[in-house]
Amino acid sequence: MQATHAIPHTGVHAEHHEDAGFWRTYIFSTDHKVIGIQYGVTALAFLFFGFLLMLMMRWQIAHPGVSVPLVGPLLEKVLGPVASQGKISPDLYNSFGAMHGTIMVFLAIVPLAFAAFGNYVVPLMIGAPDMAFPRINMASYQSYVIGGVIMVVSFFIPGGAAQAGWTSYSPLATSIPTNGQTFWLVGMVFLITSSLLGAVNFIATIIQLRAPGMTWMRMPFFVWAQFVTAFLLLLAFPPLEAAGIMQLMDKVAHTSFFLPTGLAVGTLGNISGGGSPLLWQHLFWFLGHPEVYVLILPAMGIVAEVIANNTRKPIWGYKSLVYSSMTIGFLSFIVWAHHMYLTGMGIRVATFFQTTTMIISIPSVIILTCLFLSLWGGSIRFNTPMLFVMAFLPMFGIGGLTGLPLGFNFSDLHLHDTYYVIAHFHYIVAPGTIFALFAGVYYWFPKMTGRMMSEFWGRVHFWLSLIFMNLIFQPMFAQGMAGMIRRMSDGGANYTAAHNTAAGMEVIGGLSDNLMHLHVFILWAAVGLGLSQIPFIINFFWSIKNGKPAGSDNPWNATTLEWQTPTPPPHGNFAKAPIVYRGPYEYSVPGHTTDFTPQNEPDKA
Amino acid sequence: MEIPYTVEIRKDTGLYNAKVGIWLFLASEVMLFGALFSSYILLRVGAPEGYWPHGWLTVWLGTLNTIVLITSSITTVMAWASLKMKNFSGFKFYHAITLCCAVMFLCIKSYEYHDKFIHNEITLKDGRIADGHVIKKTAEAVTIEGHFVTNRTELFDTHNGFFGPPKHGELEIKTADIARMSNYGPAHHTYNAIYFTLTGLHALHVIGGALVIFYLWAFGERMWKTDPERFTNRVEISGLFWHFVDLVWIFLFPVLYLL
Repeated sequence: MQATHAIPHTGVHAEHHEDAGFWRTYIFSTDHKVIGIQYGVTALAFLFFGFLLMLMMRWQIAHPGVSVPLVGPLLEKVLGPVASQGKISPDLYNSFGAMHGTIMVFLAIVPLAFAAFGNYVVPLMIGAPDMAFPRINMASYQSYVIGGVIMVVSFFIPGGAAQAGWTSYSPLATSIPTNGQTFWLVGMVFLITSSLLGAVNFIATIIQLRAPGMTWMRMPFFVWAQFVTAFLLLLAFPPLEAAGIMQLMDKVAHTSFFLPTGLAVGTLGNISGGGSPLLWQHLFWFLGHPEVYVLILPAMGIVAEVIANNTRKPIWGYKSLVYSSMTIGFLSFIVWAHHMYLTGMGIRVATFFQTTTMIISIPSVIILTCLFLSLWGGSIRFNTPMLFVMAFLPMFGIGGLTGLPLGFNFSDLHLHDTYYVIAHFHYIVAPGTIFALFAGVYYWFPKMTGRMMSEFWGRVHFWLSLIFMNLIFQPMFAQGMAGMIRRMSDGGANYTAAHNTAAGMEVIGGLSDNLMHLHVFILWAAVGLGLSQIPFIINFFWSIKNGKPAGSDNPWNATTLEWQTPTPPPHGNFAKAPIVYRGPYEYSVPGHTTDFTPQNEPDKA
Repeated sequence: MEIPYTVEIRKDTGLYNAKVGIWLFLASEVMLFGALFSSYILLRVGAPEGYWPHGWLTVWLGTLNTIVLITSSITTVMAWASLKMKNFSGFKFYHAITLCCAVMFLCIKSYEYHDKFIHNEITLKDGRIADGHVIKKTAEAVTIEGHFVTNRTELFDTHNGFFGPPKHGELEIKTADIARMSNYGPAHHTYNAIYFTLTGLHALHVIGGALVIFYLWAFGERMWKTDPERFTNRVEISGLFWHFVDLVWIFLFPVLYLL
């Protein structure tokens, strides 16, 4: 190992040392690194909370009507009659389902992938002292926390949290006579504000604050991924905000934006009518589909960084990656209605969206192919971040390929709203994005703390997570193809019973015993997945103070600028303004003394 | 290291940071209002023949408000131009007019809102419909200034002129005869719903923009003395936002008042 470009710590700290006090330093900080860590820790907490909701739902699916072990009495105490005798009632199941989706997408993955890693890493990677608007950055985090608090509080109001799924389709969402949906909408407005402020900040930072010499095609792919993601958030979220405002009007001011004429819920409603339930779906999915790429692009960015670093060679097809991610960004705005094939839209419209959907798979495949090809001929270092990234590739592949039958309107008619869909998008987000995020945590941890996370426990965490993830989601493909639909609070027990008792008729439909038994299998796989996160949690906190010292500012021998700063980077980041001389992935350059050439290392004359 | 390009311009982009920020923010705002305008189109196209109202808003009030906002946009540019010419009192003068225009706009808008909330459609038990503005309301009877129609569709195309509905006589309706009474608030019709949502959201933008301009107008002198270039940039940024708010109204006016 060569000595890295360590910059003496003393002096840097003295130069930038400002004793701002606890509150200014940790709570109301405007430093992008602190905000990144705040986002990261909060989002990881929400990730775990969302997982626990799902775990309780899996119990209810496997053992309908049986009191939840361990937490049952607590549920009854805290949530009241919806959890009487510690059982999860259908209403509570619906709440948990809606909030699991909402929390995972809007409060966990996006804040972690975009806001946490983006905040911490992007300004460092482009050689900037901070984000372009540090106070707006702080406001973004605060808005996110307020939105999160509103979402969590809604569990404890009478009637509980929103019950209409994370998609909140009207008229169902408007008709449920509790205030959970209102809380959800207000919470979403704060979360959308948060992501708007973040997106503006990211784009302005990347456009304006690149260091001298950091041309567009010298930016690490991670920065490109965040750049495209920021545009998606900037332009796709406002239509959902508009839709949210309209649904809030429906809920609070009794308008009929999404309520058709003659809508009867129980009795004929006293409403003006004339609204369109389909309008909600269009506006929701206009956000919803770009949101998918918001979830995956930052993950791909992390994967590219880790692969280049651990194969010790340049990323294969850097430009293809960049142009593909931009193409994905554009196309993601014109595929939304493939979520709506079953709404009875015309064949021509369906054909249009089916076509754009197939086209958008091309840049996705290009990206994945480039990443696979990057492995070719590399002398790969199998450390924990690399293991997670190596698993990301096939897992994301499974998720992507199983999406094709959903993108075709004829096969989607059968698979729509089944567990097949659940398995498909979880393969993308759970062993896909979340694995990439874990890789990011292990990879950048030494930069944030100056210490490494334990390699051994990292491997334990990886292998157990990989096994249990697949045990959870593989069976769902089978269940879904056999016709098991989503959102049944008893896991289809009633549905199956009704079919099997159809006397004298040949039984069609229902679910076979084998498929029903899989519920129990999935439950225990999920428990296993939960337990296998324990090594990670302990490793994470323990390593902050007690991990192996990183030894230098650049323990992975990386080329990108974030490793050319003191560790952890002080306020203002760089001791002196960096100048960039070369592309991001100059590994194993022939004739060079080390196998990596940092971006800010001048050419030798 | 300090954050660069907060005031000075970055050569390759030709912009300072905040200007990039505000244009991005406005792009997002375009999507927000764009979604609402699209919803308007979808709801209107989806309405049954003859059930989308025409002429429910008073055109001359909308015209006046349009003039008020355009004026404020002109004075906003003048205020910024004054600063560019190192004329702080000119800035104070022009932005004072901007702020007056903002207040005037909101007053006219409030009057229009109030007018809709006292306007009622009253279905009688005999099937007739009385439509008009409530003047007096007691436990026994409601007095309105309005008229009777036999079919609800008559209310959807009022053929009102530029100066609003013709004068109607007073009608007294006994409470006992009323089957249903609904004011022209958001819940009355999808048209009212989108009208209140769009103009309400726009009014919030007017209030927000006016507050920022007021802050710069009232407390800006110190920064003008210490860092005039930065202050001028702030006025420019707030001005860009104000022009956007004006522009939204330029779309709202024909869509809601004229079409």
